[in-house]
Amino acid sequence: MSSETKQILTTDGIPLEVSLKKAEKKNKIKAFLLVAPLLLFLFITYVFPIGEMFTRSVDDKMITNMLPKTFKAMEKWDGKELPPEEVFDGFYSDYKVLIENQTQGKLGQRLNKEKNGFNSITKKLMRQIKRNKIDESQSIKQQIMKIHKRWRDVEYWQAIKRTAPPYTMAKYLKGMDMYLAADGSIAQVDEDRRIHRILWLRTLEIALFVTIFCFLMGYPIAHLLATLPMKYSNLLMICVLLPFWTSLLVRTASWMILLQQQGVVNDFFVMIGLVADDSRPEMMYNKVGTYVAMTQILLPFMVLPLYSVMKTISPSLMRAGKSLGGTPFIAFWKVYFPLTIPGIGAGCLLVFILAIGYYITPALVGGASGTLISNQIAYHMKTTLDWSFASAMGLMLLSGVLVIYWIYNKLVGVDNIKLG
Amino acid sequence: MSKNPEFVKFDKVDKSYDGKVLVVKDLQLDIAEGEFITMLGPSGSGKTTCLMMLAGFETPTNGEILLDGNIISNIPPHKRGIGMVFQNYALFPHMTVYENLAFPLRVRKIEKDEIDKKVDKALSMVSLNGFESRMPGQLSGGQQQRVAVARALVFDPAVVLMDEPLGALDKNLRESMQYEIKHIHESIGVTVVYVTHDQSEALTMSNRIAVFNDGKVQQLSSPAELYEKPVNSFVAEFIGENNTFNGEVSDISGDECKVKLSNAEILSNAISVKSKGEKTTVSLRPERALIEPAEKMDNMFSGKIEEVIYHGDHTRVRVNLLGNPEFILKVPNSTSNLELKVSQEIKIGWNSYDARALDPK
Repeated sequence: MSSETKQILTTDGIPLEVSLKKAEKKNKIKAFLLVAPLLLFLFITYVFPIGEMFTRSVDDKMITNMLPKTFKAMEKWDGKELPPEEVFDGFYSDYKVLIENQTQGKLGQRLNKEKNGFNSITKKLMRQIKRNKIDESQSIKQQIMKIHKRWRDVEYWQAIKRTAPPYTMAKYLKGMDMYLAADGSIAQVDEDRRIHRILWLRTLEIALFVTIFCFLMGYPIAHLLATLPMKYSNLLMICVLLPFWTSLLVRTASWMILLQQQGVVNDFFVMIGLVADDSRPEMMYNKVGTYVAMTQILLPFMVLPLYSVMKTISPSLMRAGKSLGGTPFIAFWKVYFPLTIPGIGAGCLLVFILAIGYYITPALVGGASGTLISNQIAYHMKTTLDWSFASAMGLMLLSGVLVIYWIYNKLVGVDNIKLG
Repeated sequence: MSKNPEFVKFDKVDKSYDGKVLVVKDLQLDIAEGEFITMLGPSGSGKTTCLMMLAGFETPTNGEILLDGNIISNIPPHKRGIGMVFQNYALFPHMTVYENLAFPLRVRKIEKDEIDKKVDKALSMVSLNGFESRMPGQLSGGQQQRVAVARALVFDPAVVLMDEPLGALDKNLRESMQYEIKHIHESIGVTVVYVTHDQSEALTMSNRIAVFNDGKVQQLSSPAELYEKPVNSFVAEFIGENNTFNGEVSDISGDECKVKLSNAEILSNAISVKSKGEKTTVSLRPERALIEPAEKMDNMFSGKIEEVIYHGDHTRVRVNLLGNPEFILKVPNSTSNLELKVSQEIKIGWNSYDARALDPK
């Protein structure tokens, strides 16, 4: 090396770097204070709830907290034969506490989910305890085992032991139609009960097709918007945006009016003789309805990024392509289309991600064959109140979106996205 | 091989966009093979429209355009085989320089070896060898310009159109590019139709210049003739600098006429005036009027200096002469004329031949 790196000093003799940092410090603090409210807001409304969702989805502390002595005693039990006396003692004293606090019902329900038949035998045990039928000076194990034959079944005790860890992956497995078998391995649920996997696939399928339909319809619209003279393009832009400004519910409801069997579209088909009056096709409460309504609703999300990219493409490029001898198609395909790829990427990603988590529209027009995974999440949140399962599926959806984003980044590069 | 004097022919071409205003009116223009012709005019004069009609992006409302004797009005742009350099270069931003140049060759299904050869030749013509794998965005304005020129020439078109190609460059670069384009034209002999609103660019580069105004060709002639012998006031005004006097013809005999101004009478060259009593505008180039001429001249008047501006190689002197306070003189810098002072009275003289009596403004 011929030149040494010398420390540069300001005229006051302070190293330049130090001086620069000092000068910029104030600006940096100002900049940070400006974004601080947003950061706080993001944390409270985004990071924190997602963290909360995650803990809720894996949380299994309820039984752990209800049966502390039981699990303590179970640590020494190998789980192969009936547990020793201490486990029964522990369980008995834990259960007595629960009865005093009147929370023994929850334990029964929870254990019943782990293995069928728990509810009745815990209730039976409760009644025995309440009537003071259990003599604490005698062997508790023998007395409990006498109450019901299931208490003598090792499988039931194994089920209790399985609930010992405070965290569980069970909800995630359930979301993929799998469960933890008695021996701790992961097993598939019976074929006729695999509903979630169908829903996941259907969600992906519908999101994919809605994206494709949006692209096919949105591309020409965006092109027209970008090339028409101002006075027409403004009008067209309003036509694109007007539905966007209309309430989602209103739009979905109007699709219901249009698509139902006695609806406008079917009437029209009958009128032009496309279908017979007595065999009007079912266009709602199935996939068709979901496709049609979601495509219409998500179309602006495709058109707007495409438009903003196309607007920046100089019309002279197409002219150059043609004047150099390219047919209009070649000029489009080799020159125009590659330049719109950033917009296509942004539009498709936007539509796909929105479609994957779509809820109201499929719920209203989707029927049984057109509902998506988000409807299932809502169902568990509102109807079964299994929030931890809903959280697990929500997180699975979120990670799915992140995976898609990652794949997109690998294929196209996120830097190429242009939203405007 | 003799050159075809009507290689490109505009035959009575009209063009209107809205059915109300004619942007191009009855255009009659012949362009010879191998010629460098410039369409010069202010914006909105219809020159770019003419170029676009020739390229095929606009269709004439009436009349025909012929290329080498064939009517091309109904041939789409991509089949015309006309190269074009656009105002903002229109290089394909997602392709390398090589791909940009290979584009017109690939669509013509030329073999790879041949393409390599031609691209190489075109790039060396604009001295950009070694830039094949650059993207247009990585090039400077002048380099992009040269790539655009190379691309328009690489497929050996019969005609190359250039639509204000140097408009975005800075002054020095623009001048050197003017010479470069001129030399390329001279070396390969392609027919060039060039559009610009910059008169010095037009004068530097062209064989002939068509001055456009109001949808019409005002004058079509060589740069020298255009400057020395403008046929009407617009051309005189538009090309170079110009002093004018408005007056009335008081006497006319052959090429010479007397023009009566409000307070004097001047001898002029009768160009577009025919008879006595006609209104006229007399045009005189600033460098044709002399200060304190040594020998006697046809017109000799004295005026007061209003302003003296030093320009380095020459000095501009604004004089109030014969009621025209905007009379400009260009005095070449030499030791003799350093005496010029504001509000000094000087004698100014010019020959009647240089004062052209044109149509009234």
